Amino acid sequence: MALAGTVAHMEADAEEAQRLATEARDRVRFEEDALALSDQVYRVARHLAREDADELMQETYARAFRSWRSFQPGTNMRAWLLRILTNLNIDRGRRQQRAPQMQPLEANDYFLYDRLSESGDGVSDEDRVVERLSQDDIVTALSAVPHDFRDVIVLVDLGDFSYADAAQILDIPVGTVMSRLHRGRRILKRELAESALEEAT
Amino acid sequence: MKDPCAHCEEMMQPYMDHFLTDEEMAQAEAHLAECEYCRKRYRFEESLRIYVRQAASEQMPAELRQKLAALRIPLE
Repeated sequence: MALAGTVAHMEADAEEAQRLATEARDRVRFEEDALALSDQVYRVARHLAREDADELMQETYARAFRSWRSFQPGTNMRAWLLRILTNLNIDRGRRQQRAPQMQPLEANDYFLYDRLSESGDGVSDEDRVVERLSQDDIVTALSAVPHDFRDVIVLVDLGDFSYADAAQILDIPVGTVMSRLHRGRRILKRELAESALEEAT
Repeated sequence: MKDPCAHCEEMMQPYMDHFLTDEEMAQAEAHLAECEYCRKRYRFEESLRIYVRQAASEQMPAELRQKLAALRIPLE
């Protein structure tokens, strides 16, 4: 009787040890996967959180490592990490308060090409026209896009997220992602045209 | 009837995002095949998207990479 009890106890111990070993292995694997994605997460975070990006990345990873169990294996880890980052960004009030409803001006979709090709030296080769924009122009124009619009551009166009993932990360409906993306790109083109023309004059 | 180029301009973003119905796609393709004006602007949009993505892409600082790795929870 006493022996049977001891054996049962040892079996339970072995099972527990096994469980802990499996969990440790899963956790290490999770951490490695998350770190392997950090470059891609950073590229998006840099534009979502700008100068706070470094700090937010650290807070995001600290939280992710603590709550790794809530990640569902097989789902999009990059989206999961960015969702944490976005929530932290909002929680800390780093996100500037929503500006009074100012409707940013949009361009039509052909606007930028038309402006760039007419301001140039007659070169209207569509592959070269884009080179009139400098990296600075693009970064400046992107940061001038109001953040509601910029966030979707950053996630979808720079981060390669699906509309559904972007909707989940930002906690907005998919239809809103689509309309903000559409308008946001037009706002961006307008900003780009302005910064490129400023340089030309 | 709407100016075909204005219509094509409206179709540009959903076209690039593969968000048109087959019928709309065929319409856009047909117009692009015969209209250099729109074709140039579509080509430009394509290069612009790639260009923006490249220009806006920043490398993560090596120091931050180390800091993130140090946040891992040590094994007991």
